This record gives sequence, structure tokens and C-alpha cells, in this order.
Amino acid sequence: MSTNRALASPKILRGALSPRGSSRSSARSDHPALFLIPALVVLVVFFFVPTIFNFVYAFTDWSSFKSDIGFVGFENFADLFQSGTLLNALKVTLVYAVLVAVFQNVFGLLLALLLERDTRINRFARVMFFIPVVMSALAVGYIFQALLKPDGALNGILSTLTGTTVSTAWLGDTTWTIVVVALVHSWKWMGLSMLIYLAGLKTISDDVLEAARLDGASWLTTFRSIRFPLIAPALTFNVATALLGSMNGFDIVQATTEGGPGGTTELLNIFIFRTFGQGLFAQATTMSLVLFVMVAVLAFPVIRILRKREDVL
Amino acid sequence: MSAATTPRSNFRPRRFIQPIGALASVAILLGVPFWLVISTAGKNQAEALDPSLSAPSQWQLWENFANVFTDGRMLPAFFGSLLVMVPAVFGVLVLGSLASWILARRSGRGFAILYALAISGIVLPPAVVTVVLLLRQLGLAGTAVGMIGVYMGMYLSTVIFFVTGFVRTIPSELEEAARVDGARPFTVFWRIILPLLTPVLATATILICLYIWNDVFYALFVLGGRLDTLPLNLYQVASAGLYLQNWHLIFSYIILMSLPLLLVFVFAQRKIISGITSGAVK
Repeated sequence: MSTNRALASPKILRGALSPRGSSRSSARSDHPALFLIPALVVLVVFFFVPTIFNFVYAFTDWSSFKSDIGFVGFENFADLFQSGTLLNALKVTLVYAVLVAVFQNVFGLLLALLLERDTRINRFARVMFFIPVVMSALAVGYIFQALLKPDGALNGILSTLTGTTVSTAWLGDTTWTIVVVALVHSWKWMGLSMLIYLAGLKTISDDVLEAARLDGASWLTTFRSIRFPLIAPALTFNVATALLGSMNGFDIVQATTEGGPGGTTELLNIFIFRTFGQGLFAQATTMSLVLFVMVAVLAFPVIRILRKREDVL
Repeated sequence: MSAATTPRSNFRPRRFIQPIGALASVAILLGVPFWLVISTAGKNQAEALDPSLSAPSQWQLWENFANVFTDGRMLPAFFGSLLVMVPAVFGVLVLGSLASWILARRSGRGFAILYALAISGIVLPPAVVTVVLLLRQLGLAGTAVGMIGVYMGMYLSTVIFFVTGFVRTIPSELEEAARVDGARPFTVFWRIILPLLTPVLATATILICLYIWNDVFYALFVLGGRLDTLPLNLYQVASAGLYLQNWHLIFSYIILMSLPLLLVFVFAQRKIISGITSGAVK
């Protein structure tokens, strides 16, 4: 910073005359900390205070059935743990997040590679693939509910193609429905991943690719050892946003399965919404705290690991 | 392709395969769902009972639109969405850039901690249940003001993160020139800094508008049906409609509610796409 200022020669004189420089009091009056207050007030009132409340009300019996709120210790956690809901919701959320992160990035990268060249068709296709990103996730969920019903459009297509009647309940399987819903989630967001990967691929200089081509490297080798490593920042961004987005997921699952069948797609947010609707506020708060802790514990290491991978290169 | 071709012509099959692949992927991955929406929205109730890809025997798209426009309380929902989104986005941009300017220019441990706290909301999920409790205590539950506050609390982090990074690339000499002329700090911010932030603020605006316009989760908790927004009304139409198998109405609603953002996107797609991608790959 200081070298930067010294290099800007005409400013040296002004810097010496004006009371700026390194003196602390001038930094204070030029950039008053007072200006932080409006933003901090909003953040404190609408973000930090509710978060602190989370750590308090998770240990109470707050509900819509009684007016007073009493302290109950770890009872909510014990109840949710014993009934298996806590571990199930945690497991479902994690599986969902990992599936979405994988699918969304695979689809996004494949689309980016497919639509990489700047032709008219490719530009049209890119815009089309961005439409689901702009649409409401709830709407996307309803579209796929209609598509994936046992008597819905997908089974109709499959029946025509195979010549037999297909009536798979895509959204009614206790094992595979979570995969289907994760695919729907990835479908909605793959256009965004695609754009980020396209932007990443564009930053690779043509000289490097030309050198690889002159060395006789195949398309696959070039991709594996040059292009893929060089789009690490795009991968970091895409994996991190996909993980965070799906851990906080709600709309698509609510619109397709509502957490069913048998709770096998019940994300933490679905559980929170359902129990809140039943008036069991303390239980909902407890799960909200669980989500908070899970994201806090997972997000920072994930981002650090991905960042480290970038540094190595 | 015969085996006797030169190495260069290895690229030739891709020249034909690639456009076909691109168009086929659009047709299968996007064409099928979108056609399902449009064709079902044009059907009558009996035909829409089992949503299939067949074209309606008689298109009645406009009747369904008119139907859902009144039954789904579309106009109040549209203005409800605007009422919440516009002040939230405006507030987040102004307060966020003002704070970012200070956070970018001041140094020291205290400001580093404040910055870390301010951007923590990018990663950490909002406490959705207790925020309702807080809003009740403040008398803001179910009101637009409460919803605006919640959105602002959620997305200030995003703005501060983007803008602080951007302000650090603006040379402070630009400010000093104005300061020598006797400009007060707020004037420096408003006249010098804010206009320079246009590109990054445009990106933030797009992202936050997208999130708020389409949000239903937080709106369900905070508003709980006491104020109409487009996604909330879709949820109500669909919750009632799924029971009655009114797919033609659900899909008509989806088309109408997606139109505003789709139109904005179509007209500004170049700007939107370059804005969103610029921040991510650095």
C-alpha cells in the first residue's frame, strides 16, 4: 500500500501536505467508523440476535401450546436423537448436499465443454440453460412432480420408447428418490455452474493450449492435465455454492416429495418447516441450531481444502 | 471418418456432432419440461388431470391465465413481491457499500474482526425460527418491514463481501483529490466511491433480486400468508391445486410468475451473465 502511494509521484507532495498518510486520526476522520453503524444495526438485529436466540431457545420448551417458556436443558436434543429424527435429517441433508454438489458440477462442466465454442447455436443453448436458474425453485419442483408422477410424462416417454407400460414411481422410492430429487436440484442450477466453468475456461491462455497441441496432446490429455487444473477457482466456487445451497435446500424437495416417502428426503429445513407448522417451536429451533452447527463445521474446512488445492497449482 | 485422414481432420466430426449435441441436449433437458408446462397450461381440467406431453385438443391458455390471475391473487402478489424486494435490495446496497468503504479503507484487528463477522452470513444459515420470535417481539411479524429486515440481514453479507473486495482496487488518491477540495466523508462516498461501484453493485443487485423474488422458505415463516408474494401464492395455489389435480392452473401460474424475471433476463442477458461470472473465477 505505502509503496503504491510512493510510486504515484505527483501525489507524494500532496500526501506530505495533507494530513493523511499514516496518522491514525486522519484515517479516522476520513473514513468514520460511524458509517458502519447502519449496516451493523441491521445485521445485529436481523441476523446475529436470532442466531444467539437459536442457542437459547433450543434448550427450552417453547411451543404454541403454552404461553410460558421454561428451560429444559438438552431434552429436545435427547428426544430428537432417540426418535432417530435428528440423525436421519442430518444424514439426508448431507447425502443430498453431496449428491447435488457432484451432479451439478458434472452437468455444469459437461455443458460448458459442449457449449464452449462461440457459435450462434451455443450462445442460444447457454441462454436456454440459464432459464431454470432464473425460475423459482418451487416452480421447478412442481414441474418435475408432474413429469415424474407414476402416470406422468417421463413414464409416458419411456413407455413409447420401450413399447411396454412403464409406471415407475420416481418420487416414491425410499432409496432412490433422494437421488432423483438431487438431480432435479442440479437441473435447476447446472446453468449457473456451466457459466462459471465457461468463464474459467476462457481465462486459460491460448498459448498454453497451442503448446499442448504442438506436443501432440490429445483432447482428453489436454483437458486432464492442463484445462481441468486451471479451472480450480471455478470448481471451488461451484462446489462451495452447491454444497451451501443444497444444505439450505427446501423449495424443490417441498414441491416434489414434501420430505417423503417415509422421511427419506426430509432435509433439515423440511423438518424445521413441518414442526414449526405443528407449533413445536422449540424442536424446530433445535433443528435450526443443528443446521447452523453442521454448516459452520463443514463449510469452512471444505472451502479451505478447495482453496489449498488452488494454491498448489 | 476413414482411417486414412490427416490428424487435422480429427476435429471434423466434432464440427457436425457438436451442434447436433447442443441442440439435442436443449431439446431433451429443457424442451421436454418446458413443453410440459406450456401444453398443460393450455389444457382444460379433464385433460390436465394426468399431465402428459400431448398437445391440448383445444388451447385455452388465455382462459387459464385469466382464471389464475384472479384466483391466485396475482396482482396483489406481484406488488407484494415488489414491495418487499425493492426496499430490501436498495437498503442492502446503500448500507452495504457504505460499510464496505470503511471496512476496505480502515485497518486494524478490530476492523478485521468486524469484516469477518459481517461476511459470515454468506456461509452461515439464518436462524429462521427465532427470527420469527424476534419479529413478534418487535411487532413486525407478518409485515413487509419485518420481511425486508430479514432479507437485508441475510444478504448484507453478500454485498459487503463483493463490494469490500472491489473498493480495495480503487486507488485512495481518487478520494484524496476530493478531500483536498474540502469534501466531507459522506460526500466523498456519495460522489466519488458510489459511482465507481456500479459494476459490482449491478452484479449484487441481480443475484439478490433473483434470491428474494423466488424465495418462499423465509417468506413462509415471516409472512405466513399475511402478505401476498408470488412464490407464496404459487405455494397456496399448488397446495390446494395438487389435491384437486389442477395442473393446468398450477402451470399457468408458473408461466405468469416467471415472466417478469424472464423478460428482464432476455433483455439484459449479456450484462447479467458477464456480471455473475466476473466475480467467481478470480
